Formats: sequence, structure tokens, C-alpha cells
Amino acid sequence: TFLTNHKHIISLLSSLVYISLIDMAEVMRPEKLDMSNDTSSLGSPELLHVLAVDDSIVDRKFIERLLRVSSCKVTVVDSATRALQYLGLDGNHSFVGFEDLKINLIMTDYSMPGMTGYELLKKIKESSAFREIPVVIMSSENILPRIDRCLEEGAEDFLLKPVKLADVKRLRDSLLKADEIAFKNIMHKRELQANDIYSQLKRAKI
Amino acid sequence: MNTVVAKLQRQFQDYLVSLYQQGFLDNQFTELRKLQDEGTPDFVAEVVSLFFDDCSKLINSMSRSLERPENVDFKQVDSGVHQLKGSSSSVGARRVKNVCISFKECCDVQNREGCLRCLQQVDYEYKMLKTKLQDLFNLEQQIVQAGGAIPQVNIN
Repeated sequence: TFLTNHKHIISLLSSLVYISLIDMAEVMRPEKLDMSNDTSSLGSPELLHVLAVDDSIVDRKFIERLLRVSSCKVTVVDSATRALQYLGLDGNHSFVGFEDLKINLIMTDYSMPGMTGYELLKKIKESSAFREIPVVIMSSENILPRIDRCLEEGAEDFLLKPVKLADVKRLRDSLLKADEIAFKNIMHKRELQANDIYSQLKRAKI
Repeated sequence: MNTVVAKLQRQFQDYLVSLYQQGFLDNQFTELRKLQDEGTPDFVAEVVSLFFDDCSKLINSMSRSLERPENVDFKQVDSGVHQLKGSSSSVGARRVKNVCISFKECCDVQNREGCLRCLQQVDYEYKMLKTKLQDLFNLEQQIVQAGGAIPQVNIN
């Protein structure tokens, strides 16, 4: 029958359609469409959802505003324990769902009562679900061994408090750039896959 | 055209500059003002209000820790000073921050007398700043009520 004789061709065609659909889905994601625009807070939509952790109420208010002005969606918590609860890493599995959560960056104070920012960093890097999320440590103290320890544990960056607008902009730009590079790699890979299937179809004389 | 507004704006500008010149405020206060806009006209006032509440609370608890000479919890005092230094630094409260630096030194060597002096000084400084900023915010309010815009002030 037509179907059994051309099973190979049909499987190739469906792969091609599948890949094209994935391509389209990738391209049409809102955040990807704006990737090439400048990153000023005027034009771009909210691209980053930041989880900020600080035990100081003054600093929480400050960092929240700083991030909002920088076009970020912000969730602020007052302790590392609450941060873990929010992420669902405290063993209680109380979080809403990974897609809704979608944290792109965690910014945490270093010195906090109970669990420190450093301990929070370790817990996040130990988690298979969240280890890819960049974690930035903030501290009022410029202590080199502390900075080294954090960077060794996988911190994305170490910011000296008080944090400036320029710090957040720099952070945001470098994260978006990394994202853009990853996106381009995915698209290139899909292009190669599509080309490969196209060549196979040509050889099969479709 | 509106000279009332212009006069108030001038007053505001001069007053703000003087606060920097007299060392009450530093560059971080400028950073705070940058984060305020027409959509969030009370942002700076809200942050400093939280700061002053924090000061009051921390000073009270440190005072209790320092109360009895034979039983001072320097660890608690040190923690309080650290928090105070952090928040004063975040809002640009320069004099308060500087007292905290001396305060920490007294704490490190467990000097109760020194700590008590610093505590008194920090209490004085935060209350002084609170009064100054209240005057500044009042000027701001007068400008807005007179239909004017809050001037961008460049400090250098």
C-alpha cells in the first residue's frame, strides 16, 4: 500500500513539519521577538522574573523598585527559607507549577539570620530543577575570600551594596545576551536538522 | 511665569544641596531619587520612613542589650549595628552610617561606654535627619500643590 511503501518518506515529512512548528513556536515567543531591540526600560516588555531575598525591609523596598524600574518582574522574600519555600525546595512541594514560576534570576543578600545567602546558593546549585538559574550575591562587605567562595560555589556575580541601577542593567544585559546566544544555537541546530531532512527527501526524489 | 513655583523650586534645590554639603546625605540618596517618578511620587519618602522605623527599633533593642554593665550581649549589639549600617548606607544617610562605623569598633573591643556614646549619637543623627528630610518633603509638597514639578538636582 501507499502508506507502507512510503513509510520512510512520511516519517521524514512529519519530522520536517514538526521541526518547522518548533521553529515557529520559538520565533513567536514574545520575549524572543524583542531580543534584538535595545534593552532600555522604555520599549521592552518584562523579560526577567527576579526572586530577591533580603532580611532588611529597607533593602527589600529598594531592590524591588530598582528591579521594577529595570523592567523586571519581581518577587521579594525576607529570608532564604522563604525563598526555598517559594521555589518548592523545602520538601513541602507547595509551589504552583514550574511554568508559572519561571524565575530567571535570584538575587540574595549574603548576611541573613538563619540561612545565609551562601547556604541558599549551595542549596540552589544542588537542585536539579533550579541549578541553571543564575544566583547573584549582594553584600555590604567587600571581603575577598567571601567573594571567591561564592563565585566558586557557582554564583553568577557578587554585587557590593548598595546596589546601583547600573549594576542591574549590566546584569540584565549579560543575562539576555547569554539567552540570545543560547537561542541562536537552538535555531541553528534546527536549521541543520531541517536541511538534513530536506536532503534526504531530495535523494528519495519527492 | 509662575514665580511662586520658581521660588519654591529654588528653595528646594538650595536646601537639598545644603544637606549634601553638610554631610547629612551622600550619593546613594541621589540614586534613590532617580528611582522616583510621577507614577511613584512617594517612593523616597516611603523608603526613608521605613529606615527611620528601623532605626528606632534597632536603637531600642541595642539599648536594652547595653543596659546592664555586667551582662552586655555584644553579639546582639553588633548585629544591630550591622543592620543599621546597612540600611543607612542604602538610603544615603551618611552621618548615621559614619557613626555606625565607630559603633562597630567599640563593639569589636567590647567597650560598653563607647557603645553607649555611639548609641546616643546615632539616635541624635537619625532624628536630626528625619527632621531635615521632613522639611524637604514639605517643600516638595508645596511645589506640587502650586502646580510645579520637582526639580532634578545635580550634586557635585
